[in-house]
Amino acid sequence: MAEIARDAPERMTAADGTPLKAALARAQGRARRRAFLLVAPLLVFVLASFVIPIGQMLHRSVHNPVFSANMPATTAWFGANPVGTEPDEAAFAALAADLAAAAEARTIGAVGTRVNYEMQGTRSLFTSAGRKADDLEAPFRAAMLDLDRRWGEPELWNTMRNVSSPYTANFYLAAADRFRDLDGGISRVAPERQVYLTLFQRTFLLSALITAICLLLGFPIAHLLATLPLRYSNLLMILVLLPFWTSLLVRTTAWMAILQGQGVLNNALVALGVIGDDGRIALMYNQAGTVIAMTHILLPFMVLPLYSVMRNINPSYVRAARSLGASSWTAFRRVYVPQTLPGVGAGALLCFILAVGYYITPALVGGASGQLISNLIAFHMQNSLNWSLAAALATLLLAAVLLLYWVYDRLVGVDNMKLG
Amino acid sequence: MALPVYATPLERLWRWVYLAICALVFLFLIAPILIIIPLSFNAEPYFTFTEKMLRLDPEGYSLRWYDTLLTMGMAAPDAPRDAAWWSDSWRNAAWVNAAKNSLIIGFFATILATCLGTLAALGLARPEMPYRRTIMAILISPMIVPIIITATGLFFFYSMTGLANSYLGIILAHATLGIPFVIITVTATLVGFDQSLNRAALSLGASPTRAFFKVTMPLIMPGVISGALFAFVTSFDEVVVVLFVAAHDQQTIPRQMWNGIREQISPAILAVATILVVISIALLTVLELLRRRSERLRGLSPG
Repeated sequence: MAEIARDAPERMTAADGTPLKAALARAQGRARRRAFLLVAPLLVFVLASFVIPIGQMLHRSVHNPVFSANMPATTAWFGANPVGTEPDEAAFAALAADLAAAAEARTIGAVGTRVNYEMQGTRSLFTSAGRKADDLEAPFRAAMLDLDRRWGEPELWNTMRNVSSPYTANFYLAAADRFRDLDGGISRVAPERQVYLTLFQRTFLLSALITAICLLLGFPIAHLLATLPLRYSNLLMILVLLPFWTSLLVRTTAWMAILQGQGVLNNALVALGVIGDDGRIALMYNQAGTVIAMTHILLPFMVLPLYSVMRNINPSYVRAARSLGASSWTAFRRVYVPQTLPGVGAGALLCFILAVGYYITPALVGGASGQLISNLIAFHMQNSLNWSLAAALATLLLAAVLLLYWVYDRLVGVDNMKLG
Repeated sequence: MALPVYATPLERLWRWVYLAICALVFLFLIAPILIIIPLSFNAEPYFTFTEKMLRLDPEGYSLRWYDTLLTMGMAAPDAPRDAAWWSDSWRNAAWVNAAKNSLIIGFFATILATCLGTLAALGLARPEMPYRRTIMAILISPMIVPIIITATGLFFFYSMTGLANSYLGIILAHATLGIPFVIITVTATLVGFDQSLNRAALSLGASPTRAFFKVTMPLIMPGVISGALFAFVTSFDEVVVVLFVAAHDQQTIPRQMWNGIREQISPAILAVATILVVISIALLTVLELLRRRSERLRGLSPG
């Protein structure tokens, strides 16, 4: 092999004598490294300030060490005894010791809350037992049952076993309106207590509705903007861009002023005699309010991608179709619309992705029936303080959005995204 | 797009219907924004037009809600309006303090997002950039991921790292949210950028830094500025992250509006909204001028 290489004098070399191929590879490697170094600071920044926090949230949705950290002896007993073991004297002794220690460390409330997430009404059981745990004496089983009969319930022990493991999928079960029953199987909660599935369903249905309305309203004006001469369309474009640039809260406030019971729209309708003074239409604090305000807010996100696709459609195709005998409707449907599909896809996906995660507008104008899944995440973060459940709900929402984002990237390409 | 001479009467009719539909959609887009402007001058504490306003009676209009913005939270709002009154307002008025916070946070977040974003866009625009698509997708993701998820993640992360309740935490978060806009606008400008200009500068003996500042920078400046404006507006308009990670006394304009809307709704909110609309009109004008300049620099005619 070595002879062959030496016997090929016409093999190309760079000026310093290294083979051209190697020199080229090195130069390209250098260029790649240089390009990457330019991006590296931002990549590190986004990883640290965005990707890691979100990763941590994902971790929190399956990791909740409150019980195992504060009730070590009970957790150890669960570890030593298989599922289905009747709690014996040792178990009650461990429980009493843990309750006393947790009451001392003032973590008993957190432990009670953690168990309460899985089994309603048990928080007070823990806090009141914690107050008296110091006075408990052997035999602990009898003493605990004296305190409250419920300490003997197999369901409670089963729940405690469930929460004693720091890693749990139970928050995902809760987020899907399911729970782990006595034999370790998975059951659905009663239909009247289903919250989350209903809300996910509502979020997706309302987002689809809003996207459809945006498409319906956005298509004609994008078409008008794309077919007018530039000096007129640039002026009309301001009417699309001004809402796009205006603060979200400003636009939501404006809709509140318009849609209120005593607001501009209802007053105008009453003044015109369309409706009576007692027949004012409830347009706010319900789904109608959410849909109207969100359509207004997301419409520019539909119009801009549609416009940029329609602007590049050659009008001679439609003219050719007409000259070949197509009616204007046929020419529009068979020749024009298919060419706009990339814009329709981009706009609809963008609107839908943004609508699914909306928080501010539903929170302000949605009332009870117009709340979306984001509002429930905020509720669990700020009011019920069930952060693991909030993280599990957020993870499910994130998964849905990332799937749509992936589709968007396949269909449109994130590098083709344009803003105004 | 005028109708051809051979259009049928039905087509002519449809043309008018179509224009009417478009007019209605444009009205839907712009009317809510314009309607709050006169409402903010309401003399009464209502969210609707009073009879006096409809009769264009000057008595129906007043600047009282704008005045509220200056006086709310002041130590002595009824004192004579001398230098002491103004300094009281500057130090204590809730809305003035919120505006100061918003500007400080917005300013630093914009600087951070623009510097890092422009640098990264320069790298992403190079053809030899490895894993371009994946990295681009990661960098754009703060715009796509629902804000409530970002806020939740940051809440956990900041309470662990001690960044909660600090200006630095909000600035970092807002910079992250603004970065996608900078990347998108600057890479869009770089698509039309002729790399041979840069090579010409280098071959004429300019150092890479000098070539960048003298040749590349002036040409991509319109994109950088519009990206920076986007980043600033994103920060200036952001409320959810602030609600989750900021301390109680760290009010910003959107947070103050949020509280105002949820608690004691008054036309003072509309006065703020009007000021913000005027600011957006100014921003839009700047952007339009930048776009024209960019087109001129690249030799495109505005048509």
